[in-house]
Amino acid sequence: MQFTFLLEQVVNGLVLGGYYLLIALGLSLIFSVGGIVNLAHGAFYALGAYLSFTIARAFGFGASVVLSPIAVAFLGILFERFLLRRFYAADPILGLLVTFGLAMIAEQFIRIVWGAAPLSVNMPPAFKGSVFLGDFLFSRYRLFLLAVVIAVLAAIWLLLNKASFGRVVRAGIQRPDMVAALGIKLQPYMTAIVMLGVGMAALGGALFAPITIVHPAMGAEVITVAFVVVVIGGLGSFWGVVISALLVGVVRGMTIHFIPAAGEASMYVLMFLVLLFRPRGLLGERIEKFET
Amino acid sequence: MRDWKGSGQQREGIVGIIYNRRRVLKAGAALAGASAFGFPAIVSGQSDKIKIGHLTPLTGFLGALGAYAQLGLRMAEEEINRSGGVMGRPLDVMSEDSVNPATAATKAQRMLDQDGATVLMGEINSASAVTIMQVAARNKRFYMQIGARSDALRNGKNCNRYTFHVDIPSHVMVYAVGKALVRDGMMQGKKFYTLTADYIFGHDLASAAKDFFKENGGQLVGDELVATDVTEFSPYLLKIRQAKPDIVCSNLAGNQVTNLIKQYAEFGLPYPIVGFNLNTADAWAAGEGNLSGTWPTVWHHDLDVPASKTFVTNFVKKYGKPPENHAWIEYISLKIMAQAMEETKSTDTEKLIAYFEKEPQFDILKARKGYFRSWDHQLMQEAYPFTVKPKGQAKDQWDTLQLGAAVPNANESLEVLSVKKEQNTCVM
Repeated sequence: MQFTFLLEQVVNGLVLGGYYLLIALGLSLIFSVGGIVNLAHGAFYALGAYLSFTIARAFGFGASVVLSPIAVAFLGILFERFLLRRFYAADPILGLLVTFGLAMIAEQFIRIVWGAAPLSVNMPPAFKGSVFLGDFLFSRYRLFLLAVVIAVLAAIWLLLNKASFGRVVRAGIQRPDMVAALGIKLQPYMTAIVMLGVGMAALGGALFAPITIVHPAMGAEVITVAFVVVVIGGLGSFWGVVISALLVGVVRGMTIHFIPAAGEASMYVLMFLVLLFRPRGLLGERIEKFET
Repeated sequence: MRDWKGSGQQREGIVGIIYNRRRVLKAGAALAGASAFGFPAIVSGQSDKIKIGHLTPLTGFLGALGAYAQLGLRMAEEEINRSGGVMGRPLDVMSEDSVNPATAATKAQRMLDQDGATVLMGEINSASAVTIMQVAARNKRFYMQIGARSDALRNGKNCNRYTFHVDIPSHVMVYAVGKALVRDGMMQGKKFYTLTADYIFGHDLASAAKDFFKENGGQLVGDELVATDVTEFSPYLLKIRQAKPDIVCSNLAGNQVTNLIKQYAEFGLPYPIVGFNLNTADAWAAGEGNLSGTWPTVWHHDLDVPASKTFVTNFVKKYGKPPENHAWIEYISLKIMAQAMEETKSTDTEKLIAYFEKEPQFDILKARKGYFRSWDHQLMQEAYPFTVKPKGQAKDQWDTLQLGAAVPNANESLEVLSVKKEQNTCVM
């Protein structure tokens, strides 16, 4: 009996980890490819949730989950074109400052347009309630969430590893000088990666909106988790982020099971331990200063 | 093998130079830490204005409540100034985001030292209220603590004589709901599982709840502490399912209650859920069809009292939406403060304390007037349990709650719900 409950927490943690993955993967991609830590990533997550609130009122839940990420992805193009592009070659402090400033502007903008009071997105009744798979309890909605995350993950993996788009991106990460020498312009790929990254964050926001409240500071809340996941997984690694997100979800669930008060602290302790023994993160690239 | 062009500080990246990751991370962490500070309002005042320092959380899990609090406060300020101010002088209320307990104390001190505040008012977070109370005591200045509900502030070792408390304390909230549960047969012999916010207010609520359960035949089968930044409750919901209680009970605050309710509805667990703390803004945020059970409130906008209805009408006219209980409580608090200054013809702390300790009665827009009890400085007032209207009966998104009868009953003293002098450990 006891073991089943534990397993249930693990599985639930994996589902939650999938949701973290959606947001952290975008952050990791933008960093791997562009070298900028996008502190505004949470703002796109929040915009995804708010836009889905507005769209759902007019067109329903299904439309909101599809249209909101697309709309934010287009916003991402503008973001990349007019903001990020200037900072690829600059001191990283500037990139951090500009995205941080953007995050604050976005939060106030949300306050002005939608108000400071928290909003509620309604879950479609079809998704409410739980199902039992064997002895495990799952909320129907989270199974749906899990399915979406797996689909997105598979699509991104295929894109990065099987499509020519991915080949160019991976080459650009490793040997940008050679790619340039081969006459391939990397700029459009960068724009596409940013679109993808912020689109995924917005999808996370739209998907999580029915089970959490939508409030202006939600972006700031999620950027911390995303940051921690990316750091644990190792910057620049696709599978590192995947494993790390799932690990963070599971560790959080297990901690709440045994020591509930420490639940939110668990991911920071995990990050501390991982970095102590493996400074590069789980699957990150070697940092030569620390490891010989 | 990869051959990085230049190691250490720089290397060529896909679109330019990528700097050493450690530098990037360090800077990122510093910036993320800097975001913990709020930004002060820039205020300039003339010397004949009466300045009041006000703090309320505008960020964090109580942020939505702080926003409403400021709306109610501003409306009261305007009304007071429009009818001539206090002692012929206009009020200047300086209101800022308290952010967290440490910042609250710093800002309170600054308001007294540099901004010329005569008195302090406000706060919703019990932990921040404690630090502001300490500032008030250290500086020997009056503090009207408006929205924090923890018992420990009034009747425990944190109390001090410079502070007067407006909102109902934890055990009144427990009593308001508990009485309704006893009446509905949901107490005697029932197994309760509680989720408690892991800070002073949550702990107080849990302790008051435990006492109520013990006295009324309820059994506590589980109590989990929840950190105040938890937004995702699925591990707790799984634990609740394992424990199989009769009733699930929330000792949470702010938007944590909303999140719990939404996720509770998402999972569709079969046990009824009640709670000992809920603000109307958080109830509205739960959305249609998610909230159920019995909860307490200090005031609700459809209260059938003429003065209350007038306030609601004016508020809707000014802001386009109905007032939440924190808007109401800030409104009456500023009015009471103004009345006190007017009647004592002074802003002096000692004169104000003496005035309130004489227990004058105030119109708080309820059926019965309120007064501050002299030995613990707590406002004595009615409270109400509420339930959720059945589906389809709500006129709009703000009309989802069904207010119950006031507690205590009309023929009982207002002090019936409160801590008795014998139980009081507060020494002023």
